[in-house]
Amino acid sequence: MSMELDVFVGNTTIMDMEVYQLWLDGLTVSDAVKVRMDEGALLECEANPEVLTSDTMDQFRTFQMCERLLHSPTKLGSQLLYQIPAQNQIILIERYYEFDSVFAREVLGKKLSKGTKKDLDDTSCKTGITLKSCRRQFDNFKRVFKVVEELKGPLVENIQRHFLLSDTLARDYAAIVFFANSRFETGKRKLQYLSFQDFAFCAGQLISYWTIGAMGAPTVPDSMMEDMDVDLEKEFLNELKDLKVLVNDKDMMDQHKILVCAALRGKIKVYKLMEVNFKNLSRALINLASKLTHTKDVRDLFIDLVEKFIEPCRYDRWTVAEITLFLTHYTNAAHCLGTFRHQMIWDRYMGVIKSCILQMYHE
Amino acid sequence: MPGKLKAKIVAGRHLPVMDRASDLTDAFVEVKFGNTTFKTDVFPKSLNPQWNSEWFKFEVDDEDLQDEPLQITVLDHDTYSANDAIGKVYIDIDPLLSCEAATVISGWLPIYDTIHGIRGEINVLVKVDLFNDLNRFRQSSCGVKFFCTTSIPRCYRVALVHGFVEELVVNEDPEYQWIDRIRTPRASNEARQRLISLMSGELQRKIGLKVLEMGGNAVVGYLQCFDLEGESGLVVRAIGTACTLDKLSPGTAPNTTTHTNTHTLPNTAPTSNACNSPSKDSKESPLAHGCRSTHNSPVHSTCSSQRLSHSQNFSVSVPTLVFTGMGSGGSVGKEAGPLKTLLRQHTQSALEQREFPIFTLTCFPPGFLVHVGGVVSTRSVKLLDRIHNPDEPETRDAWWEEIRQEIKSHAKALGCHAVVGYSESTSICEEVCILSASGTAAMLNPRFMREGCLDTGGSDHRLSRQPHPGMVGSERGEGEVSSTWLGFEDASPPSCGFVHIPYDEFNMPFPAQLTYCYHCRRQKVPDVLFTTIDLPAEAEVTGKGCLIQARLCRTKKKAQGEVNATSISNLLPFMEYELHTQLMNKLKLRSMNALFGLRIQISVGENMLLGLASATGVYLSALPAPGGIQIAGKTPSDLSYDQHISTMQKRIDDTIAKNKELYNIHPPKLFTLDPEAFTGLNTECIEEVVGSPIPDRQRSSRLFRSTSESSDELSELDLSHGKKDAFVLEIDDTDAVEDIQSLLTDAPIPAGFYSCNTEVMPGIHNWTSGLQMFTSVRVYRLSNANLTNQGLNKIFTDLCENLLKSLYFKLRSMIPCCLCHLNFTVAVPEEELIQVAVTAVAMSFDKETQQAADKALTRGSGENEEQLQFSMEMCGESTISNNQPTAKPSGVPESAMVHSSRAPSVDYGSFADRCSTWLELLRLKAHTIRRGSVKTSRRTQLLAHSVSSSERCSPLPEGRSRSLRSTRSLPCGAPVTVVKMTPLSFLPGTRIVKYLGIINMFFIRETTSLREEGGVSGFLHSFIAEVFAMVRAHVAALGGNALVSYSMKECVFMENPNKNQAQCLINVSGDAVIFIRESDQEAIPPLLTSRQTSSTGADGTT
Repeated sequence: MSMELDVFVGNTTIMDMEVYQLWLDGLTVSDAVKVRMDEGALLECEANPEVLTSDTMDQFRTFQMCERLLHSPTKLGSQLLYQIPAQNQIILIERYYEFDSVFAREVLGKKLSKGTKKDLDDTSCKTGITLKSCRRQFDNFKRVFKVVEELKGPLVENIQRHFLLSDTLARDYAAIVFFANSRFETGKRKLQYLSFQDFAFCAGQLISYWTIGAMGAPTVPDSMMEDMDVDLEKEFLNELKDLKVLVNDKDMMDQHKILVCAALRGKIKVYKLMEVNFKNLSRALINLASKLTHTKDVRDLFIDLVEKFIEPCRYDRWTVAEITLFLTHYTNAAHCLGTFRHQMIWDRYMGVIKSCILQMYHE
Repeated sequence: MPGKLKAKIVAGRHLPVMDRASDLTDAFVEVKFGNTTFKTDVFPKSLNPQWNSEWFKFEVDDEDLQDEPLQITVLDHDTYSANDAIGKVYIDIDPLLSCEAATVISGWLPIYDTIHGIRGEINVLVKVDLFNDLNRFRQSSCGVKFFCTTSIPRCYRVALVHGFVEELVVNEDPEYQWIDRIRTPRASNEARQRLISLMSGELQRKIGLKVLEMGGNAVVGYLQCFDLEGESGLVVRAIGTACTLDKLSPGTAPNTTTHTNTHTLPNTAPTSNACNSPSKDSKESPLAHGCRSTHNSPVHSTCSSQRLSHSQNFSVSVPTLVFTGMGSGGSVGKEAGPLKTLLRQHTQSALEQREFPIFTLTCFPPGFLVHVGGVVSTRSVKLLDRIHNPDEPETRDAWWEEIRQEIKSHAKALGCHAVVGYSESTSICEEVCILSASGTAAMLNPRFMREGCLDTGGSDHRLSRQPHPGMVGSERGEGEVSSTWLGFEDASPPSCGFVHIPYDEFNMPFPAQLTYCYHCRRQKVPDVLFTTIDLPAEAEVTGKGCLIQARLCRTKKKAQGEVNATSISNLLPFMEYELHTQLMNKLKLRSMNALFGLRIQISVGENMLLGLASATGVYLSALPAPGGIQIAGKTPSDLSYDQHISTMQKRIDDTIAKNKELYNIHPPKLFTLDPEAFTGLNTECIEEVVGSPIPDRQRSSRLFRSTSESSDELSELDLSHGKKDAFVLEIDDTDAVEDIQSLLTDAPIPAGFYSCNTEVMPGIHNWTSGLQMFTSVRVYRLSNANLTNQGLNKIFTDLCENLLKSLYFKLRSMIPCCLCHLNFTVAVPEEELIQVAVTAVAMSFDKETQQAADKALTRGSGENEEQLQFSMEMCGESTISNNQPTAKPSGVPESAMVHSSRAPSVDYGSFADRCSTWLELLRLKAHTIRRGSVKTSRRTQLLAHSVSSSERCSPLPEGRSRSLRSTRSLPCGAPVTVVKMTPLSFLPGTRIVKYLGIINMFFIRETTSLREEGGVSGFLHSFIAEVFAMVRAHVAALGGNALVSYSMKECVFMENPNKNQAQCLINVSGDAVIFIRESDQEAIPPLLTSRQTSSTGADGTT
């Protein structure tokens, strides 16, 4: 005797969110049944393994049938096929688009292409996330990327409008889209210690301060037309070249050093080393700025930050607090340089660099 | 030219991509009615076209308006090749033809294709301008209202019940026409859908005409069925109860007193009619049971009644068994006592004029039902042959006529003049067809059936579902006036009257154990009662009820033609007997004494017969307590055997005890004590009653009076009860072994669940608005071809039990809840396949408030009338709990008794906590199974928290979305109207303000890519979901927000996995309604409510 057919259809679609998570995690029905049994599902309602299997199969099928709608979440609200309470719709969508940060970290900065998708089994092995789940997450990235790529207006809002995601999740997606678009280098061994959250934070900073949309879009209404959040502002990057004066003009550099040293004397333990290294550190940051006109160097932004600034500091055993103090005074001191005229650009640059470094400065 | 139909095509959305090159569609729409077709312009390159067409106008006869559906076809324009059809929408415009129903159809309707399923949606507007046609010879019956609901619809009151209407139309099945060999499956399916739509339209129109002829204006309990007879044709048949309904304007309280007086006068008039009514005998004469052709055997041969006699105890309530085919019907009335004869003649007069005193109603206004005799049923096996002339479906008509005649004669044999809760069904396998009909023999109050006599009590009942205190008074008043011939009516309070035997006790139609009614103690009652109706509102029940099922599987040799038919008809009586035995055993095992909503389905397959009987068991306070079950062995010599028996006995006794706890059945034990003790106790008891919470004081005094009057008869009563305990099952009997097995294998219901197949669960009243209608279908393949009957039975029982278990598990988040109206349908679609389909509604109830309400009501004892009005649901509960203290020995302090009567067998203490933390828990669990990776979902957690705070219970119950929508709306245009669906005739906590018309839809779905669609389960799952979606959309387009009395009448599934093909046919029906929440209603002033009701209703969804 065998069950040939077994369906359950409710007028309101019944969705067990625990099972949904198992489905999202890419488990097979039998694995999901095992997990549910381990969690004590059998204790409920005098269930037996048969009942549990039937329920799991049915739920999985339901989710599979809804998956099509989840690909364009706005449809979920207007479709007639499944009567799903609004609050459940929100949870369904949110869960579907949630991702494992370990996975996101792997894909970050890679081109969201078929080639990358083919390599997902490696990613799956490495992260321990099922291939099915990897594919879903990858497809989500790609889908969001494709939709948002063509749209005008603020990135996070676009993602929220089209995918009905919560603010936090939309920001994470914005980071992923931003990274995929600019193809930042994140895969180098030296960058391995950085988590997705670190990068997402940095992306947020870059989006907020270095893109066209960042500096109050109304001033440039025409630029609304194009990826205002996805690309860094060209003009700004060009202007960054002007900062070179801080290292090229010897007087200015000395002056800068004196000001910083005066402010930090007695306040940081690594003062001596700072004094010795000041020019190197300053040069590293300024050179980084001046190079950003080249796409390749933009891609290397993070590796450069690590190699040129973070590693030397780490070698000298700076604490986070010391770095904070240093960067604060380093930034502020430039304002006191009488001959330095690029205050606006400087602040815009250093604000982001400072928060990125602070976020990235850990083991 | 009495009608103008207007249609406007507004827009489309979510259309499928028809042009692969552009990923877009060039859609246009054809609107067809009858032979007229209009087209919209092509809206190029869009998946969301905006046609905004002109009004397409069809000038048609109202006859066509009733028959034809409006057919909307969405196509993709193709310059070079033929236009591709995207899909179709059939719109039944019948609801627009009655002025009291919907006025416009407007909304998004799914575009359906029989091969691809739903493909986008279309927004349409449909209106009808109807010119009144006063032609007496008209063929149309516009304006007759149809209701699937088997009770008087909630916002109407019944003025008159005219009686049975039936109609049947036949046609050739397009699937079997020669042309089907050359046309596409799509064309064939569409031809079939269209034909059935036409046929049901025609059927409805013809029934409407009959109703008009009878002087009625509505059909209640409309039941339409399809018989897919294959080669021999397609039959669409319908039955219903013609009524004259008056619309209740909300807020008008019916004036009971004035009307009550008017009843009494007309009551006397027909007595004379009855005396000189010649119809009675002449009507009976054509009834000859055995004179049919060979293959339509009477269901029960004399042999089956012979078999029964060896254990008479349980044959009592199985009148059908003993009776069917005995033909002793007519004699009973003549020999009955003079009082009853009088009453019978009196009431019969109203009914006898009709050919069939049959009613499809299952729920009645109070006072309608006088007595209930028992279940009557008839089955007949027929051989199908081709319908030669579709215009004269005489053969099929004659078949059903025979069946109905037989039902009528059975009822007569039970001393009853009417049949209520009547339904008909068929089971077809190849050329063999089993026609079945069943109902409950009953005596009815004639005043509902006479012209010009308006009932008023009924309206109260519909509003409150509880006998109005005024009603009792009116009955009494009536009784006094006409006490000469209605004398005993006065003595039987309405709450127990219906269980009193309608037949004569000295000339019983079958061996029964009669006792005096445990409630009024004046009339005789049987020890067990089986009925097909719902539990009457006035009935007093001890404890809770539960679903009781008897399942049976019998193998049969494969055969052809008459041989096959004969072997089936030979098997039928045995099956029915065994089903009854099982039902009786299970009933006793649960300490209950009555079955309601009994439905016995027998399905025929090529090599087996399936029998499934479902009913809701209850303990009627007015009937005696059932005895236990005793097992006896035939060979007592063997020691181990004895031991085996005693362990079995112990298990059974334990189960009975457990069930008593579970269903809260603590029947009054004192009736089994000796009469001395009883009378002694009783007087004490009465004293307490006076000060105790009895809603109806009259009842208590009556109880007092009746006991004192009948005290000398008590000894006799108790004697008979003493014998009754011995319900012996002899274990040597192989049947008995099977019975015991099936008794003990029934898994107990998980804590927090109740189930029944009636409208509501006796003993539960505090429903919340949480409700979930569902359909579940399972198909099992029997791998072993050589199964024995026992093996098959086990498989079948397990199948049903597992299905129930799965349902409980699935719906566990609704606990505490009750599965109501559990409707099982079994079929044998192919050799070695068993299909079981279940449709039911899970309704959650509030345990805590229920108890609180109990307490409140128990305290406020004296003036119960007001409470009756505002919280009728709770009152039922109070009568039940109150009933117990009355009956209990008074030595126990009252508070303790109240407590014990309510002591829940299940602990829900932790439930509330569990609910509130449902989402948190869920989230936690979801996270524990992750691999320690940091989730990005901080926000979701917050979200989950906020949801859990606003939504205390599970996310399942519908309807709450509205409140949530306001807090966080999905930014995607107009939200989809939430449409509730329920097989019940009401929605708890709400009031139906308008009936918008009947929904009766038939869909076919076929696939040639079964595997790609997720196999058979995936295919059927999406099809059922699609059907639900289409029903909801049509209800919403009519302006409704719910479908009540929903039923899935047909779900025929065929597959051919080798060819990767499957086909499924589904027929669903129900009443589209607008409801408002009871709480909302308070906020709306009555004036506004009435205006809303009379207005278009398009925006009644609130």
